[in-house]
Amino acid sequence: MIGVAGLLTRRNPLIMLMAIELMWNAANLSLLAFARAWLNNAGQIFAFLVITVAAAEAAIGLAIVLVTFRRARNVDVDEVASLRG
Amino acid sequence: MIAFWVLSILLVISAVLVVTARKPVYSVVYLIANFVLLAIMYVTLSAEFIGIIQIIVYASAILMLFLFVMALLSTSTEAFSVGPDRMPWVTLPAIGLVVVLLGFLAYGLLRQPIAIHPAAGAALNGAPGTANAFGSVGDFGAALLTTHLLPFEVTAFVLLVAVIGVVMLASDAAPMATTGRHRARRRGARLREPITKPRDAAGKGSVR
Repeated sequence: MIGVAGLLTRRNPLIMLMAIELMWNAANLSLLAFARAWLNNAGQIFAFLVITVAAAEAAIGLAIVLVTFRRARNVDVDEVASLRG
Repeated sequence: MIAFWVLSILLVISAVLVVTARKPVYSVVYLIANFVLLAIMYVTLSAEFIGIIQIIVYASAILMLFLFVMALLSTSTEAFSVGPDRMPWVTLPAIGLVVVLLGFLAYGLLRQPIAIHPAAGAALNGAPGTANAFGSVGDFGAALLTTHLLPFEVTAFVLLVAVIGVVMLASDAAPMATTGRHRARRRGARLREPITKPRDAAGKGSVR
């Protein structure tokens, strides 16, 4: 939830990506808490997959930020708001 | 029990600090603190393997990626001089959305008591390092490689696709020609212009 507020409020795309990472971790915490409460291993395995997918998504997001910066020289998401080019 | 409350309060504080810090590097530092606290919490939830993986993957590799990108992006100083807050008419709906989500969470949690497995209290009070205990490396690995083998293989494929995507995005290769070298050179020159430059009405903005 703090991640959602951060994602909507900040303009720096790196901080938006960090807010997304916060959300992934919150889901992980829920998964692991219920995995322990129900003594089910699948929660932990799914948390492992969530960590993996979140890492991949963070890498791709950072690559997109880099390419955008290379072309626009500005990382403010309000300025680079057009998909043209 | 007290560890849970201490960790929770510290987690919430560090998460709020991540989102509201002035400089992005401060956000990364608070995010590192958040991930380490989460790893400690995972160990209290008897998920030691996930806790160690959290530290290895998240708190070091991914945040190092963030730091590298920040270092690469800090060559132009005006990119990071923008303030952290948008205009108030965005901040207030964001906080309202958070309150609504908190309401959903509270409703879901308080509607019925969470059914806890009857063996969850007794069986897990043993030493967390024993092999084949719940959440240990042996138990987790056995489940990963036998019961959940398909997600494991699919994850490998997802990572492969991610690596291909990142390499493609970040490479500086010239675009491939469709109908000749002059078109490729002109298209390459057009791609190297900055996005914010205005385009004239005819000709240059078109794809062909």
